[in-house]
Amino acid sequence: MADAGDGDTAAVSEPLDLVRLSLDEIVFVRLRGDRELKGRLHAYDSHCNLVLGEVEETIYVVEDDDEEEETVKTIKKQSEMLFVRGDSVVLISPQAAS
Amino acid sequence: MENGANSGSSDPSSFLTEIIGAPVKVKLNSSVEYRGYLISVDGYMNISLEKTEEYVDGKLRRSYGEAFVRGNNVLYISAS
Repeated sequence: MADAGDGDTAAVSEPLDLVRLSLDEIVFVRLRGDRELKGRLHAYDSHCNLVLGEVEETIYVVEDDDEEEETVKTIKKQSEMLFVRGDSVVLISPQAAS
Repeated sequence: MENGANSGSSDPSSFLTEIIGAPVKVKLNSSVEYRGYLISVDGYMNISLEKTEEYVDGKLRRSYGEAFVRGNNVLYISAS
C-alpha cells in the first residue's frame, strides 16, 4: 500500500543490514576488475567503504601463452588491514564458515 | 494515487517492494547474473538476496547463503 515503511509486520530491513550483521565476522567481497577479498569486517559505511582485517585478496588474470591459449592465473595477496573504496564493491557476502 | 493500474503497482519502486520474498534474477552491468530470494531493496537499488547463485555466461560459478549487491552495478531485477 503505502510506500513508506510503516511496518506492522517485522520491520522490513534495508539491504545494508546484512552488512551490519557481518561486523567483526569474515566476509567475502567481490570487486570490480575480477578481484575478490576475504577478511574480517571491521567497519563499513553507506558508500560501502570497508575496513577489512586479515585479508586475502585474489586477482584473476587472463593470460595469452605462446600457443595463443588463454589461461586464467590467480594471484593471491595477504594484507593485515585494508581500506576498500566503496565504488569498487560489487557484492558482499557473510561467510558463515569460520 | 489510484490510477487503475491492474496489478496495483503504479511506480517502479512499488514493484520492487511487492516482489520482496520472491525468487528474482538480478543482472549486473558486467553481465553477471544473480538468482536468489529477494530480502530487501533500498532507494539506491542496493539489494540483499538469500540462497544466491552467481551465474557467469549461464554457468553457475558460486553460491552464497546471503549476499548484498551494491546498487550501482544493477542492470535489471526480474521476478522469475
